[in-house]
Amino acid sequence: MADPMRIRAQAAGDKTTVRVLMSHEMETGQRKDAAGKVIPAWFIQEVTANHNGKPVMTAQWGPSVAKNPFLQFVIKGAKAGDKVAITWKDNKGDTRTDEATVS
Amino acid sequence: MRRLLATTFLAAVSAAAFGQKSAADGIAEYRAMLADGNPAELFEAKGEDLWKQKRGPKNVSLEKCDLGKGPGVVKGAFVELPRWFADTKKVQDLETRLVTCMETLQGFDGAAIAKTPFGKGEQNNLTALATWIAAESRGMRFNLPQGHGEEKKMYEVGKRVFFYRGGPMDFSCASCHGEDGKRIRLQDLPNLTKNPGDGIGFAAWPAYRVSNGQMWGMQLRLNDCYRQQRFPFPGFGSEPTVALGVYMGVNAKGAESIAPAIKR
Repeated sequence: MADPMRIRAQAAGDKTTVRVLMSHEMETGQRKDAAGKVIPAWFIQEVTANHNGKPVMTAQWGPSVAKNPFLQFVIKGAKAGDKVAITWKDNKGDTRTDEATVS
Repeated sequence: MRRLLATTFLAAVSAAAFGQKSAADGIAEYRAMLADGNPAELFEAKGEDLWKQKRGPKNVSLEKCDLGKGPGVVKGAFVELPRWFADTKKVQDLETRLVTCMETLQGFDGAAIAKTPFGKGEQNNLTALATWIAAESRGMRFNLPQGHGEEKKMYEVGKRVFFYRGGPMDFSCASCHGEDGKRIRLQDLPNLTKNPGDGIGFAAWPAYRVSNGQMWGMQLRLNDCYRQQRFPFPGFGSEPTVALGVYMGVNAKGAESIAPAIKR
């Protein structure tokens, strides 16, 4: 089971800034270990953001995204108290969803 | 008069050239951008979980662990470590104290943890715990106790270790960290023989290193200093490393802790 994400969502006017920190190795598949064997690729492929259960963003990611990635985006029309849920899915099929409340 | 004016003009031009953004400013800007999403937060969350979780052969949490301010008191503990502990009769830093707690409360094998390479197994958990404990004292000022004789002795030992030259390059800690305004490549080196300022040096670790995606505690930071000096690696939690912690911590008295920080 993957470690939890840290999600902060702050409303200012009609815009809500969402900042997400994900815990993931994001292994590119290009590196070799001490024994010279290729470390298999392991990275987040799909990120989905839901605002009150309705998808507002989907993103396709690749191996060029850094380890422990940070994602920031803006939702129009979200208010304080709304729920923002983020889901990621990696190339091994592992997935994780975390939710935060807009403040 | 005319000549004088010309020189003044030249001086003004070169001053303008120096007025450009220095490498250090660029790095500071880069860090400020990263600090908003400091992945150290992930380790903080993990550390807090580990503190409260029942673990180890005895299946207990660390919530009764005494970090110097009484059992279970975490806030403010970081800025007063290393300090003397009566139960172990030793001056201990945060990481060695945590190993003691994991040993006495949870039943882990402390010697086995000390032998584990950094970033693996329980060492990884130890770093996460240290990160969270440091974060609980963020914004507080360093105030290491120096009341006990052993604490004073460790400060003197730390000073000796700091200035001790050796290894194939005849380096000491002081070679790089003994003067103001030094740098290595593009990194400014803090002068650790005095208070280097808020959030610099001892007041910035544990820190997340963006370049390798690793969370580093003070023990690993010192280990890497010795690697760069081409010294043999010091043992985890060995007396010289704790003594160096006392030396740097006491020197940093009054400096604000920003740990866990973010590094290039």
